[in-house]
Amino acid sequence: MARAPRDERDITERFGPRLAYPAGARIDTGLEPDRLVKTHCCFCGQQCGLQLVVKDEVVVGVEPWMEFPFNRGMLCPKGVSRYLQNAHPDRLLRAHVRADSAPGGFRPIAYEEAIRRVADAIERIQDRHGRDAFAVLSGASLTTEKTYLLGKFAHMCLGTANIDYNGRLCMVSAAAANKLAFGIDRAANPWVDIPRAEVVWISGANVAECAPITTDYVLQAQQHGARIVVVDPRLTPLARTCDLFLPIRPGRDVALFNGILHLMIEHDWLDHGFIAASTVGFEDVAGHVREWTPRRTAEVTGIAERLIREAAELWGTARTSFLLHARGIEHSSHGVQNVLGAINMVLASGRIGREGCGYATITGQGNGQGGREHGQKADQLPGMRDLANPEHRAQVARVWGIEPDALPQPGADAYEIFRGIHRGEIRGLLSICFNPLVSLPDSHYVRRALEQLEFYAAIDFFLSETAAHADVVLPGSLQEEDEGTVTQVEGRVIKINKAVEPPGDAGADWRIIQDIAHALGRGRGFTFQSPREIFEELRAASRGGVADYSGITWERIEREMGVFWPCYSEDHPGTPRLFEPGSWNPVAQGRGPFFFPDGRARFTVARYAPPAEDVDAEYPVILTTGRVVSQFLSGTQTRRIGPLVDACPEPVVELHPRLAERLGIADGAWTVVESRRGAVTLRARVVSTIRPDTVFVPYHWAGRQSINQVTIAAQDPISKIPEFKACAVRLRSADGAPAGPAGAP
Amino acid sequence: MAVPERHRFFIDPSRCIGCNACVQACMECDTHRGQAMIQLDFLDRQRSTQTVPLVCMHCESPTCAEVCPADAIKRTADGVVQTARKPRCIACNNCVLACPFGIPKMASGMNLMMKCDLCYDRTSVGKKPMCASVCPSGALWFGTLEEMERLRPRSRPVGIFQFGQQTIRTQVRAMVPVDAPVSRLDVTDALHEPTIGRSDAAADALLAGLFDAGEG
Repeated sequence: MARAPRDERDITERFGPRLAYPAGARIDTGLEPDRLVKTHCCFCGQQCGLQLVVKDEVVVGVEPWMEFPFNRGMLCPKGVSRYLQNAHPDRLLRAHVRADSAPGGFRPIAYEEAIRRVADAIERIQDRHGRDAFAVLSGASLTTEKTYLLGKFAHMCLGTANIDYNGRLCMVSAAAANKLAFGIDRAANPWVDIPRAEVVWISGANVAECAPITTDYVLQAQQHGARIVVVDPRLTPLARTCDLFLPIRPGRDVALFNGILHLMIEHDWLDHGFIAASTVGFEDVAGHVREWTPRRTAEVTGIAERLIREAAELWGTARTSFLLHARGIEHSSHGVQNVLGAINMVLASGRIGREGCGYATITGQGNGQGGREHGQKADQLPGMRDLANPEHRAQVARVWGIEPDALPQPGADAYEIFRGIHRGEIRGLLSICFNPLVSLPDSHYVRRALEQLEFYAAIDFFLSETAAHADVVLPGSLQEEDEGTVTQVEGRVIKINKAVEPPGDAGADWRIIQDIAHALGRGRGFTFQSPREIFEELRAASRGGVADYSGITWERIEREMGVFWPCYSEDHPGTPRLFEPGSWNPVAQGRGPFFFPDGRARFTVARYAPPAEDVDAEYPVILTTGRVVSQFLSGTQTRRIGPLVDACPEPVVELHPRLAERLGIADGAWTVVESRRGAVTLRARVVSTIRPDTVFVPYHWAGRQSINQVTIAAQDPISKIPEFKACAVRLRSADGAPAGPAGAP
Repeated sequence: MAVPERHRFFIDPSRCIGCNACVQACMECDTHRGQAMIQLDFLDRQRSTQTVPLVCMHCESPTCAEVCPADAIKRTADGVVQTARKPRCIACNNCVLACPFGIPKMASGMNLMMKCDLCYDRTSVGKKPMCASVCPSGALWFGTLEEMERLRPRSRPVGIFQFGQQTIRTQVRAMVPVDAPVSRLDVTDALHEPTIGRSDAAADALLAGLFDAGEG
């Protein structure tokens, strides 16, 4: 009975989102803070170092942390204003249960009583329908300790195969392709290699808005003579000043990469020595890209042939380079193919594993890297091990003190979990750090699934749109109310420090998880007294795995301003740059720098296919979605922070003047964007900074402002990432402003 | 304490990504918490993503101070032009109208002119201003000229601006491409005298010519 309370206004009045602005101590001039706490931003994968200003046990401001090497004090507006989430009027201070007659649809109850209800429901559902009938959804904004604990909780305590995380919407295409090509899933280089490159190639990454700190690294490279190539359907703020802009048609990236490799081969811009000594599979790939002539590449990608040739020459003749990509190429029903295409281009150039020769995906979420390493993914065990691998199962089972056979087999991905709910296979759900009603595609389908659940418990600090469907809401902790580690975009393990205690009945998430385990009578292995104890077990569990943290200690992290994994022992320096010639890893055992038994990287044929739903006469325009700089993910936090909301109060649909003219849509006019799944009415922003065949809408908003009512749930067959970056829509002028509250569906 | 000698504030609009971090960081500045003194605007969003951040340029001979009838605007010995002194400011708006960069704003609720004071509470004790600390693209930057030259060999700082007959020298420097000439636009240079009284088309061409001349 996981329906949302009927009256949207009622729930908003009680649980928000309300806007927090600086007031009280937060605007006192000459305030003497009690302490400054060095920690990191709670938002994106850059994980900028910053200091939280604490007065009377409330975070009242931010002070740049100039010494932290990655961002040297720099912050984006989210980092500056993040502190306003603390002591927020919407904060959940008590556990709540669904009570349709209560204001807002929820009634506060004692924490212990709420835990009891959750445990009872888990027991009831698993008894009647089997262990896999209860699923867990988690997230990549949690500390690595929490993600480790959640994986262990699902696989060992609940014994369910069905745990997955919101990184399924984010990092998994890059992760899968990196494992296929390199045997390891991590940025190959630290960011200091970016300014040392002659060419910086950026595909499908709105760096300025989604990874603002990386902007300076790219511009440093440009100041020292590097040429910057940006591939994007939109002229993003960084594309404005790049040297070569390739306005690609959404969903066609692998075609461009194949086309570039075709020209590299034609002009012999190849590193034959590297290809022969350090890779396998080049001949197959070379054969495959023969058909990707510049003409065909131009036809498929929608980029002028002249520019494709120019880009190939820049890339082909460079002595050093850094290739970056992000969700623009990964959010695709062939996202893994796109990434493999990019990697083929890098491997053919031989420019990897050296100073100024780099490759990386720009991880999106706060702990996007660490959160995908230690077992909260559907098919994974700690240390980046595989749940399907008998050897890996035995290694982890030994650390956990269980029989390998007690571990479930790989389970469903995040979207498949919702299909499982629709099919009646999954009856119960526990979620944390995931707001699927806003963040998953085709959100009407997701809502109907939530409504079908027999029981749903959410751990949250604010009542997210998804949590509003819960039977029980447990008040969890904000990032600044707990400690632990995260691993940022470069693979650097860093420390999140506690600034204040959780308020009211709210508690550290790892305690809540353990409390459920104990209420179930399955508390063995869940007796950690602190995140540090969890980290110590994680070190042991990751030992010998690809993501080896065994040599990392909290003390080293603080002392060294972060430690790059893999780190095999306490006297190992860590590994800022992967794949250096002569480097050792546990898989190759010295036979080569890549993480395969022969030590060689894999070329893999990258096959082009159009988006799952291509445009047609009925739905003739491509919709692509993404972020804006002042909001983050599903907005659970950032839609509650006044200055961030003021900077971008609502989503708009960006379209080119040529398309606008043909449709009779004026700048600022209410416009319907409609697909086969749903429609949304937004104001138009008519700009010549986007391809005329494409419209863009950011995805951070809920209810009737949510573009995910329109997007498609097509998924990559390997990574299971949804195709957020391309589906077919039609547009028309709306009769007027949409009625009802903004959050209402 | 004073702002360390040789430390300068640099603005490079070509780097600006319009993220708003400077505006929000300015609101955290201790002397005017909750209120931003920095301006950030799109130039022409329909055609470009170009945004421009603007702080007080801290002129050597500040026009705002020169036109102030109450002598409320002071320039410190280390070159920082400060917000109007509250007891003196008569909220006449002279400075708002006169500043060639459009910096001072009237806080009407307080009857006081307020503007960027280079985070004097921070810069006078050796810290960087809030906005230049956080700016993620380096569009706003604070440090020595030598460091700037090392970091940005393809750019150079400009601190002299021409407004009609008025030459303004500023403490804050604007970064321009190292090889781009600085053109001083004088309307009369671009006039073809017999145009007066001609058709609209010719006037349009003249205007187009003016804009071309303004490049760089």
